[in-house]
Amino acid sequence: MSELKGIYALWYRETKVFLRERSRVISSIINPLLWLLIIGFGLGSVVSFDNVPYQTFIYPGVLIQTALFSSVFFGVYIVWDKKIDFMKEVLVAPMRRTSLFVGKILGGSTDTFLQLLILFVIGFVFSAGGIMPSLHLTVLSVLISLGFLLVTTVGLVSIGLIIGSQMESPEGFQLIISFLIFPLFFLSGSLFPISNLPTFLAPFIFVNPVTYAVDGIRSVIVGSTGKVMVGSIQLSPAFDFLVVTSFSLVMIGIGTYAFKKMKI
Amino acid sequence: MSIIETKNLTKKFEKMTAVDNLNLQVEEGEIFGLLGPNGAGKTTTLLMLVTLKPPTSGSATINGFDIVQQADKVRKSIGIVFQDPSSDEILTGYENLKLHGWLYDMPDSLREERIKEVLSLVDLNDRKNDRVKKYSGGMRRRLELARGLMHHPKVLFLDEPTLGLDPQSREHIWKYIENLAKEKNMTIVITTHYMDEADKLCDRLAIIDHGKIVVLGAPKKLKKDLGGDIIRLKAEALDVEVLRKLPYVKEIKPCDGEVCLTVEDANAHLQEILKVVGKIDSVEIRTPTLDDVFLHYTGRAIREDNPEGSWAEKAMTARARNE
Repeated sequence: MSELKGIYALWYRETKVFLRERSRVISSIINPLLWLLIIGFGLGSVVSFDNVPYQTFIYPGVLIQTALFSSVFFGVYIVWDKKIDFMKEVLVAPMRRTSLFVGKILGGSTDTFLQLLILFVIGFVFSAGGIMPSLHLTVLSVLISLGFLLVTTVGLVSIGLIIGSQMESPEGFQLIISFLIFPLFFLSGSLFPISNLPTFLAPFIFVNPVTYAVDGIRSVIVGSTGKVMVGSIQLSPAFDFLVVTSFSLVMIGIGTYAFKKMKI
Repeated sequence: MSIIETKNLTKKFEKMTAVDNLNLQVEEGEIFGLLGPNGAGKTTTLLMLVTLKPPTSGSATINGFDIVQQADKVRKSIGIVFQDPSSDEILTGYENLKLHGWLYDMPDSLREERIKEVLSLVDLNDRKNDRVKKYSGGMRRRLELARGLMHHPKVLFLDEPTLGLDPQSREHIWKYIENLAKEKNMTIVITTHYMDEADKLCDRLAIIDHGKIVVLGAPKKLKKDLGGDIIRLKAEALDVEVLRKLPYVKEIKPCDGEVCLTVEDANAHLQEILKVVGKIDSVEIRTPTLDDVFLHYTGRAIREDNPEGSWAEKAMTARARNE
């Protein structure tokens, strides 16, 4: 009972703070919009894959990008918590470290999900307005996508928290994160189909868990265009989901351990 | 068994020993003070006792639980007010207190009742719905205090509780702390570098310097042990040797370019001393303070430099988070 209350307290705090920091909310929406409007439509005027226009093609990628950046970056707040003494106040409370980790995951995931929901609304508007044709946003496809995004987000928030729990300064955190985020994003098939890639890139793409999240979401809301192929076989969304879930479970495991070892 | 016991509690950082083989027993219901200059090891001792920093060697128990092996149980028995700000400044004062109530699993009705109580104690009732960001340094300090006092733990640690507060607020806080100890039989450990605070509040105190206990006892007794009153003399030419021969002069020490004598029953002997000394510029008689106790045992005064700078610095760091 007490653990649940503590988890709720942490979630409450993160969510309140997120909603009150207008700049965070606004930038989190502007950024994906820029990708869709500038990169999507800019390249969309010359690029399409199997009659799927580029802006539609990258929509799942932009969803994942939002999840990726927002989730991993969330870890910086734990560095700030350590800098001010908020972390001491929490660590000295009669609550398990695991609950602290869970509370933080819930907080970070909520932040990310609020942004993703807005992106889905934008997706609906664009697709209904005809500027993102061939986007299949049905109740089922959105639910499946949200499932993928949820599991991915939890794993990614964990990554951010793991790194944050070990770092002393926000600057150091940001440095490490940018080394991590960009490869994860660019090597995920978010921006281009990953069939027919040069062989030196292929291994990186296949070990990147984000690849499978993009692949799963794209297969339900765009279709088979740009699907990941192993030989001549397409990966099934179920397989994608399995990979992403395993990734998140491993990250939660490492995160729990990292929080137990965290020093202030 | 004492409610707090430390056995050779030691904390070493890379090059320095912050806490050096500390042996302490604090009894239940007692207000115990750790008095010493900044950097004496008070805060490090506290952080070890509240399970936030592991000791390098030695051990300690609180409420019978080991601070390393049974940290969970220790945390259930304690509360602490930190020296540095630890509230979330994007939340309101009230929300910070509510958060604390949740973290400590307080029943809802009790939580709301206590929030009201502590808010009026620290005089923040009419600002409770403002974000902490908008609070002044003193208000933030009072909020921290309010929060620490909220859940009535068995042992309450206060790290420099009235740092940077105005005299009136300090009086309020002292009274509340005294009541907690008396009425709830709460054990309270405070660190302070304010002599008057330690003197007024503590049943017993340990004077700490360089991580070691210099002397320990009730403030009254410590002062009495000095063996008399203090006479402070300023004179151009002072014959110390003559003074030394007087049987009732216990100690002669230079202090800030003047001379301080410890004298048994100073009022009775003042006339005689003045006669011996001859022409003087000024004289002052007073009963000893804890500062004199500290001076007696360490040979120097407690530095009165105000650590408020670091407090303000931290607050600024916290603010930078929003920018």
